[in-house]
Amino acid sequence: MSGDPGVSRRRLFGLAGAGAAVGAAGFAGGLGVAHAAEPDAADRASSPDRSAVDRYPFHGPHQAGIVTPAQDRLHFAAFDVTATGRAELVALLREWTAAAAQLTRGHEVGGGTPGVYEAPPADTGEALGLPPSRLTLTFGFGPSLFGDVEGKDRFGIGGRRPRALRRLPHFPKDNLDPDRSDGDLCVQACADDPQVAVHAIRNLSRIAFGTAALRWSQLGFGRTSSTSTTQQTPRNLFGFKDGTANLKAEEARLVDEHVWVGPDDDPGARWLAGGSYLVARRITMNIETWDRTSLREQENLVGRDRTEGAPLSGGKEFSPPDFTVKGSDGKPLLTADSHVRLAHPSQNDGVRMLRRGYNFTDGNDALGRLDAGLFFVAYVRDPGTHFIPMQTKLAAQDGLMEYLQHRGSALFAVPPGIRRGEYVGQALFT
Amino acid sequence: MPFPKRPAAPAVLCALAATTVLLASAGCTSNEPQPSADRGDGGRAKGGITVSASDDTCAVSATSAKSGTLVFEVTNDGSKVTEFYLYRADGTAIAGEVENIGPGLTRRLVVRAQPGTYTTACKPGMSGEGIRARFTVTGSGTANAGADQRLLDQAAGRYRAYVTGEVGKLLGGTKQFVTAYKAGEYDRARELYAPVRAHWERIEPVAESFGDLDPKMDLREADLAEGQTWTGWHLLEKDLWWPAGAPASKRLTDPERAKYADQLLADTRDLHARVATLKYQPDQMANGAKELLDEVATGKVTGEEEIWSHTDLYDFQANVEGARVAFDSLRPVVNTKDPALGRVIEQRFTALQKDLDRYRRGDGFVSYTDLSKAQVKRLSDSVNALAEPLSRLTAAVLV
Ligand SMILES: [Cu+2]
Repeated sequence: MSGDPGVSRRRLFGLAGAGAAVGAAGFAGGLGVAHAAEPDAADRASSPDRSAVDRYPFHGPHQAGIVTPAQDRLHFAAFDVTATGRAELVALLREWTAAAAQLTRGHEVGGGTPGVYEAPPADTGEALGLPPSRLTLTFGFGPSLFGDVEGKDRFGIGGRRPRALRRLPHFPKDNLDPDRSDGDLCVQACADDPQVAVHAIRNLSRIAFGTAALRWSQLGFGRTSSTSTTQQTPRNLFGFKDGTANLKAEEARLVDEHVWVGPDDDPGARWLAGGSYLVARRITMNIETWDRTSLREQENLVGRDRTEGAPLSGGKEFSPPDFTVKGSDGKPLLTADSHVRLAHPSQNDGVRMLRRGYNFTDGNDALGRLDAGLFFVAYVRDPGTHFIPMQTKLAAQDGLMEYLQHRGSALFAVPPGIRRGEYVGQALFT
Repeated sequence: MPFPKRPAAPAVLCALAATTVLLASAGCTSNEPQPSADRGDGGRAKGGITVSASDDTCAVSATSAKSGTLVFEVTNDGSKVTEFYLYRADGTAIAGEVENIGPGLTRRLVVRAQPGTYTTACKPGMSGEGIRARFTVTGSGTANAGADQRLLDQAAGRYRAYVTGEVGKLLGGTKQFVTAYKAGEYDRARELYAPVRAHWERIEPVAESFGDLDPKMDLREADLAEGQTWTGWHLLEKDLWWPAGAPASKRLTDPERAKYADQLLADTRDLHARVATLKYQPDQMANGAKELLDEVATGKVTGEEEIWSHTDLYDFQANVEGARVAFDSLRPVVNTKDPALGRVIEQRFTALQKDLDRYRRGDGFVSYTDLSKAQVKRLSDSVNALAEPLSRLTAAVLV
């Protein structure tokens, strides 16, 4: 695979100049928030939330797809490396990097070079003619990459495993499906068009055949968090606004403090500086029993009113919850087991995380129940301080747990951004 | 989770800040103002009475309404937590109340009102007499509020007697079980396990309301936190139905068996003593019935509750029986308030029981693992069919 930008899908189909092309001015910011970029009138008309750019830069100090304004769709994939040699792993990462640079630009994998008629095309083709759809591809390394179940260090990187990169512990009420958990590598593909996200994972999987095999993947629709102040707070499948207090890209100081791994965080794993940790949890919602629950109970469990998303202590959506306000029975309006109280930074040593979850529905189960829920994705500076304590508490105390089942779980270290000419995670191997 | 954790204030007996779902049921006489009977509109009824409550005013959009179901849409435009009351003629008896409205929030009071003179009141800061105004309900209502209250009290009494009886049998059964288990009579212990647990499962929402006891007694292995000590029924279940292939070295030793069995008995005694002090509100009973069905839907019908013994159908039956008793206790109230809903629930209880009866064997039930996927699906469908109307029971009884 060459790094040649090649032929744009758009250009290929003669769509250039159709009004969707956007100047590169907005891409220089690194975060890709790009308020300054020329708005795309057609796109904006279709969604009030939509950011003003049609694509995000692949290269930068941090990987795209973390603080990037959350797109509408997700295809998340975890892989097992089947090859045992370090050189093969590095070759895969090089190829993935080159392909990702093309895909996120809206180009064909392989640069659109005409292949031999008797051979299958380099690109699978289902995204031809589609815009880049703000695709981001974010790569991560699982703990098993640094040492498999028997502790075998297949790739000679065991000594550089970040201390915090371990399998997540068993949390109370976890009912994990091993076939939807863990993995050596992960790729998060986010885009506004599901076909573009799926196309990306399909082509990366194809490139990986023989080196890494798809272990599990998850499709998501309807982002359940906002990662930019330009976005409205969406609703989860319980019908409530979620993630109102989420970290936003614009809060640069807090993002530095809570999301990016610092250069001195882990002297044994300096390669991860500028990266982050990705926590993934597949949370099934007991939709049917939730729908039989009174509005009173629903709001008490969540701690917000359903209509506006205001905390039950009063105010508007973004009013800070006041845990001291008591009701007529002398007990706090935000009950001890309400989700808002338990998850609030003030109740968790001030830690914040950047969430990037999506709603999902994978059809139904054998009992005719919707197989639906929340695919929780969070980026944190240290899972040991920023996720595990909170999840331990939530699993044990959150009243919502009655309606939830955690079926999948995974933790990945997400390397820093990629500079031109580099491959993802290069610092780990050099 | 279950009901007494968030006990409803007594005044909630007469009113509910609820959705319009309940209004769709036949017992609610149609009157002005007419709320939308359209289910799923999120409770945004048209034509209700609006109340704007500030720190020193209480603006009610109407001073009178026709008898029947009234909907007050109360918005707290002030800065303090507020409440809204509808008092009967004497100014003290509460006809309806919505509590704990934070600043900026809107809450709905749905109340069934007989003709007569009433008083509305906003209580900013939730204290004092409140800001009061007269409110008149016209027309010719028929139901009698006093009779409703008597029926509700009778319902609570009946349910209380049931729970007391069950927890007594649970204690007696647990003694037998523990004795057999400690004596190494494992066949006998296996025989007793499911029938004794049935007494627990029939009153599960009550038992679960003791947040410290429930995890000690009924925690499943999958629910454990890392490093947490496992005690209670399911620990002994695993020991009695030790999974093939699990390492024998992990099995309980005799001293451990005695220790955990004694602990279970002590916890059951504790439960028995504490249940004796409980009183029940109709909403707790009605919610409890629905929660028992939810327990079936999420744990029993999937075979997750009794993962080692596969006696899930015993629990299933017991949950359904517990729900049925709660419903039957409330039935006289339902008959006056929403007879159509009562008939639907009754009929679906019968259908579910008929489905369940197909799997009886001797005094008990077949193993969960004997069920085909289609059979489990059919049971699940019956549970859903019952649980949906049952979820409207609380509102029907209270409003
Ligand atoms: Cu249980």
